[in-house]
Amino acid sequence: MNHPVIEFRNLSVRLGSREVLRDLSCSFSGSTIGLLGPNGAGKSTLINTLLGFWTPSAGSAHIFGSDIRTDAKKIRSLVGYMPENDAFIHNMSAVSFIRLMAELSGLPSEAALERAHESLFYVGLGEARYRKLGSYSLGMKQLAKLAQAIVHGPKLLILDEPTNGLDPPARQRMIRLVREMRDSGQMHIILCSHLLRDVEETCEEVVILKQGRVVHYSNLADERRSNRRFLELELEGTIDGFVDAARRLGCECAPGAFHRWKLVLADNVEVADIYRLAAERNIQLRRLNFRRDTLEDIFLKAMESTNGGL
Amino acid sequence: MAVYKRSYRPYSGETTPVWSRFLVLYRFSRRNLFRSKVQTVFFVICLFFPLLCLLGIYANSHLNAITFLSRSTGPFLDVNGRFFSIYLDVQAAFAFLLTAFIGPGLVSPDLANGALTLYLCRPLSRTEYVLGKISVLFITLSWMTWVPGLVLFFVQASISGWQWMWDNLWIAGAIVLGSLVWIAVLSLAALALSAWVRWRIVAGALLLGLFFFGAGFGRAINAVLRTQQGYLIDLSQLVSIIWHDLFRDAGEPPLSVSEAWIALLAFTSFCLYLLMRKIRANEVVR
Repeated sequence: MNHPVIEFRNLSVRLGSREVLRDLSCSFSGSTIGLLGPNGAGKSTLINTLLGFWTPSAGSAHIFGSDIRTDAKKIRSLVGYMPENDAFIHNMSAVSFIRLMAELSGLPSEAALERAHESLFYVGLGEARYRKLGSYSLGMKQLAKLAQAIVHGPKLLILDEPTNGLDPPARQRMIRLVREMRDSGQMHIILCSHLLRDVEETCEEVVILKQGRVVHYSNLADERRSNRRFLELELEGTIDGFVDAARRLGCECAPGAFHRWKLVLADNVEVADIYRLAAERNIQLRRLNFRRDTLEDIFLKAMESTNGGL
Repeated sequence: MAVYKRSYRPYSGETTPVWSRFLVLYRFSRRNLFRSKVQTVFFVICLFFPLLCLLGIYANSHLNAITFLSRSTGPFLDVNGRFFSIYLDVQAAFAFLLTAFIGPGLVSPDLANGALTLYLCRPLSRTEYVLGKISVLFITLSWMTWVPGLVLFFVQASISGWQWMWDNLWIAGAIVLGSLVWIAVLSLAALALSAWVRWRIVAGALLLGLFFFGAGFGRAINAVLRTQQGYLIDLSQLVSIIWHDLFRDAGEPPLSVSEAWIALLAFTSFCLYLLMRKIRANEVVR
């Protein structure tokens, strides 16, 4: 039976007297899920709850069909976690540390050592694997945290702000690694970040949290596909015939200001057909843009919603 | 294929039993422990006194040696409950010093560097984490307290015969139980203090303070209030009252044995409470 990667049912989490997550209900099955939200939205609390660090005050959550309350150990053996903050033992060498983490995940000693070397080479720390973690730069520490998260070959990888504090080349490297792992098809990834670009470059699905509630869910792949059908045109000339012809092809047209038109392409119509129509009617096509509803637009729209909740 | 050429691949091999994961922590911590030459040398020094006792027991049973040492034909050493009680007193002092060296270094680095998140996001519970760390102290201290104590007991038994062993079997029980009580108190105190302050040196100093100042403060209370209840905060006194009972020593202890047991139980429960509060993947900032 195919279970969703993650499923929440009216999940609420209370820390002290504060309700940090409120009545979350949704499920995700994509290979990469972006978790977005402003500071204090509850992203890290959600991750900590999934890992069993916090107990839900109400509702339930399942990972691969296993309940986080009753199957915490089973879930943890399937999950790799890269925390946001520094998390290492500074006087241990990277390879010893990763090996320790692998053994704690259940790998036998020899396999753990082999996988530790492999993971460190994979993230690009192969040459520095015998150095003490305390001597690593911030970028190297981030990579070491990634290595410990993947050393046991998890089915679900949770990355909490993986590009925090990285310079542009290091960020690019991290994004490339995340994409590679996504494309390997061997694991699902949850990427929690406040950097929209990171999420946009790596994720298929996006969940936006605000004040402990899911305020928006979007499938970025679908969003991108639909954006490709939405054109903004600026035309010059006698345009009535052009608009009629476009409508006959099945496109939806709506006038804008100053010779501008919005056009939604029908399924069987391509952009080349629009150029052809314009050429046949001697219309000047001065501007043609695809709509770019960026993740930033989606995020800002979600933030404008005041009460939250899907 | 060479390791450095491999790309990401999931792990599909066998895994170890879930119950045995805490032993990984024990193995890694023990390895780090004996990586320090100072600690290794100190551990070896801790074994000198049992060796001396062994020589004493051996010499005691050989007439030539006795004559040479005491110039009399009678035994110069009575190997009885008192002998093993003194043995345990000495080894307990060494165990205390070794704990002050190694105990705080077990948990505080993990807490100070935020590594607990990484331990506990794996199939390892907080209890197993504490168990893994405390087992390092339990096993190391066992090697210098009740294990050599039992060796001495059986050496004496082999010399004096089965009847002696049968008559004095309670001594073996006292060695094991007395040592375990001391080890439990030391280990829990060391781990709880290092989890609390998260600073190795300070935790070591606090451990020394807990025992020395506790003893001093307890005596001050006794002197000012003209009572014996001050001993309730003197951990070493509480343990010695229990040993006094276990080794059937003569004399009246300042507190009853049950009071000592209850006080120690309260102390260890408090240590466990402190550990469970501090050993968390994340802390709630209220």
